[in-house]
Amino acid sequence: MPAEQAGVAAFRPDLAYEKHPRVAIRHEEFGGLAYHYGNRRLVFLKSPALVDVVEALADFPTATEALAARVPAAQAQACSAALPRLLAAEVIRVRFPES
Amino acid sequence: MSTALTNRLSRGLAAPICLTWELTYGCNLACVHCLSSSGRRDPRELSTDEARRVIDEMHDLQVFYVNIGGGEPMIRPDFFELISYATQRDVGVKFSTNGTMLTPAAASRLAGMDYLDVQVSVDGADAVTSDEVRGAGSYDAARRAMDNLAEAEFGPFKISVVITRHNIGQLDDLEALAAAYGAQLRLTRLRPSGRGADSWAQLHPTQDQQRTLYSWLRERPGVLTGDSFFHLSALGEPLPGLNLCGAGRVVCLIDPVGDVYACPFVLHEEFRAGSVRDSGGFAAVWRDSALFTELRSPASAGACSSCGSYDACRGGCMASKFFTGLPLDGPDPECVYGHGETALRAAPGAAPHPGPGHSKSGKARRQPVFVTLGRGRDHGHGADTPS
Repeated sequence: MPAEQAGVAAFRPDLAYEKHPRVAIRHEEFGGLAYHYGNRRLVFLKSPALVDVVEALADFPTATEALAARVPAAQAQACSAALPRLLAAEVIRVRFPES
Repeated sequence: MSTALTNRLSRGLAAPICLTWELTYGCNLACVHCLSSSGRRDPRELSTDEARRVIDEMHDLQVFYVNIGGGEPMIRPDFFELISYATQRDVGVKFSTNGTMLTPAAASRLAGMDYLDVQVSVDGADAVTSDEVRGAGSYDAARRAMDNLAEAEFGPFKISVVITRHNIGQLDDLEALAAAYGAQLRLTRLRPSGRGADSWAQLHPTQDQQRTLYSWLRERPGVLTGDSFFHLSALGEPLPGLNLCGAGRVVCLIDPVGDVYACPFVLHEEFRAGSVRDSGGFAAVWRDSALFTELRSPASAGACSSCGSYDACRGGCMASKFFTGLPLDGPDPECVYGHGETALRAAPGAAPHPGPGHSKSGKARRQPVFVTLGRGRDHGHGADTPS
């Protein structure tokens, strides 16, 4: 579902994000499985680097900085392209300063 | 789903994506297609404490949800205790029921729980069609259960239908039935497993009906199928889902006595990987059993290797091949190009004995059950994998 239809704002790399609190991630060799206990969707995270960056988003002021710090250059584009999809699926969400 | 990921999944995962757990062999119905030949409870069924330990293991392995079936799971006196415990431990529950015990009080109780999905089984859009498979009065009982869920404001439950030659003409009616309840429709494939071994030949859809079903499902990606019909993907664009046999790779089954099988459709000694009662518990069976290791190794396409559609259907359903006596590295008996039918004609009578089962009649199989015109039953238990 496109993000706009879901009532979720479009992904912006200059904002702060975090893994959605109702999402659990199971590590797998290929990457990981993210399960959202609210909407009960299972989402494939298709590389270990993507799992790593999703789990690290909360530690960085912007998604861009999280990607730069945690993802090897060769995988940066693939991980960056995956984040809007993960926002639409509510695997990640915008993090507000007070939250 | 990318081919690279599909290939990776076929080599297995740290834990199943979709775990089916049949809580009991006890059932007050006797559907002619029951995958587990259920009827009588087994005195060796897992105790409440043992079942709680299984749930603890699922929690530790991050199995996010479990598909609970049977038999009729609500027959177990500790049914509510177990599903409450599972959801408290972050193991979501989807359970299949014939609805006969889903009273207004039970519906209210279910409506108050989180992480819970309910699937009510019918096998037709009217009592005549459905009862022929599931027994007299079963359709009305299931409809009462749906009414009770709606009355209790449970939310969008699921209506689960095994597709047969006789109900496939009712797809639009089934869709309308689900819509009337605000429910989701779930269609699954009839397997020649359990009592289905006796009814499959008469009940499985014809080739024309399979093509109709494929087109109907392609137009309705919101209809759940538990990846049941991936053999139809050989007809063109793939259906939503993983499109692979997940047996021992991404799915498995725990039966009421704790035995672990490769999938919900192969309750047969040959596909028994171990038991949750073994010293390493479920985790060791999943990780280390010889059977699952074998299933995760690269499979030969066998007789299908020269077929241009192999990448689409991957040879179809292992259980359907096994219980019709076909080689596992060949075509599915319902291969959309007829290769399975050809193979069945070439090797008639090769089907294995499915075992004694827990049918109340206690009759040896190969005797007709009470199907007269031919119709099959029980619910499917595949994964409804989100696309």
